[in-house]
Amino acid sequence: MAWNLSADKPIYSQLVEIIQIQITSGKYKAGDRLPSVRELAAEASVNPNTMQKALAELERNALIITQRTSGRIVTEDTELIRQTQANLADEYIKNFFRAMKELGYSAEDILLLVQKTVNEESVSSH
Amino acid sequence: MEALAVMQGLTKVYGNTLAVNNLNLTIPRGKIIGLLGPNGSGKTTLIKMINGLLTPTAGSILINGMAPGPETKARIAYLPERTYLQSGMKVCDLVDYFEDFYADFDKNRAFSMLGALNIQPAAQLKTLSKGTKEKVQLILVMSRHADLFILDEPIAGVDPAARDYILNTIITNYDENASILLSTHLISDIENILDEVIFIRNGQVITHMPVDRIREEYGQSVDAYFRRVFAC
Repeated sequence: MAWNLSADKPIYSQLVEIIQIQITSGKYKAGDRLPSVRELAAEASVNPNTMQKALAELERNALIITQRTSGRIVTEDTELIRQTQANLADEYIKNFFRAMKELGYSAEDILLLVQKTVNEESVSSH
Repeated sequence: MEALAVMQGLTKVYGNTLAVNNLNLTIPRGKIIGLLGPNGSGKTTLIKMINGLLTPTAGSILINGMAPGPETKARIAYLPERTYLQSGMKVCDLVDYFEDFYADFDKNRAFSMLGALNIQPAAQLKTLSKGTKEKVQLILVMSRHADLFILDEPIAGVDPAARDYILNTIITNYDENASILLSTHLISDIENILDEVIFIRNGQVITHMPVDRIREEYGQSVDAYFRRVFAC
């Protein structure tokens, strides 16, 4: 199953984000070896050069480390992984607030709606 | 490393029609490139000249530094838009035929792809559906270890599941120094596997850039950008 990519954003930046999520969600854990570029490209159904570019960016941010003998591994720096997760969360929340404000809600209204959803979820999960 | 193919001032005239008009194009190594343009824009004429099937009226083409001829044909794997295979032949005979014909043909790869798509090697070509015939042709072409693969409308007639398999085959099989030039109208199906795209109109290259740069600069997919550029 190809990765779910949107049509209007650069492909490589979407690959970067998906791999970040795969790491923060624990699909690949700290110190895990990643599949090869080709394997990842085939899994995502994207061009191998584009996947290579995404991995190079993750290496620049030190989330992924290339080892001469064993290929690419996820960093063992769990603080960096947690920071990556926090950055993604921050971005999602900002996007959510922007969309809600476009719908015409104030910050207070948005907080109330979020609280309501949290309450409903905790009721339905009991 | 030198470019795989370089075209300069390339021109082809049919009677009063200017099919390719003073076209300049460089094809790098190790890329999957989409050749996109509306009907009658000159894509197939360009492809036939690269393959040495048509002689340019003017201008030059160099492939690995050589003009089109037997040496360049040995390094180019070409899938034409129309079939040229004998319909009375069996699939396995075609595999033998390709093996005799091309030194870079990989028989094992051909049989493994035929197996993956459930195509019986003993079947006669004429008994197969249109889409399956197209798959056989594409498998034969993709089973070569060529420098340049030129695929003219390779996925138009095959079902979406086989299309996924074929695109996956292209991604996993092509080697780092080879390039694939792929002409198609089904842009959205293939754009994620492309490095770069060439837009051609009235026999000239009007855009040649990486897919992600189109998305960055115009904030839209290659498919959407194509529809805008070539809006009727």
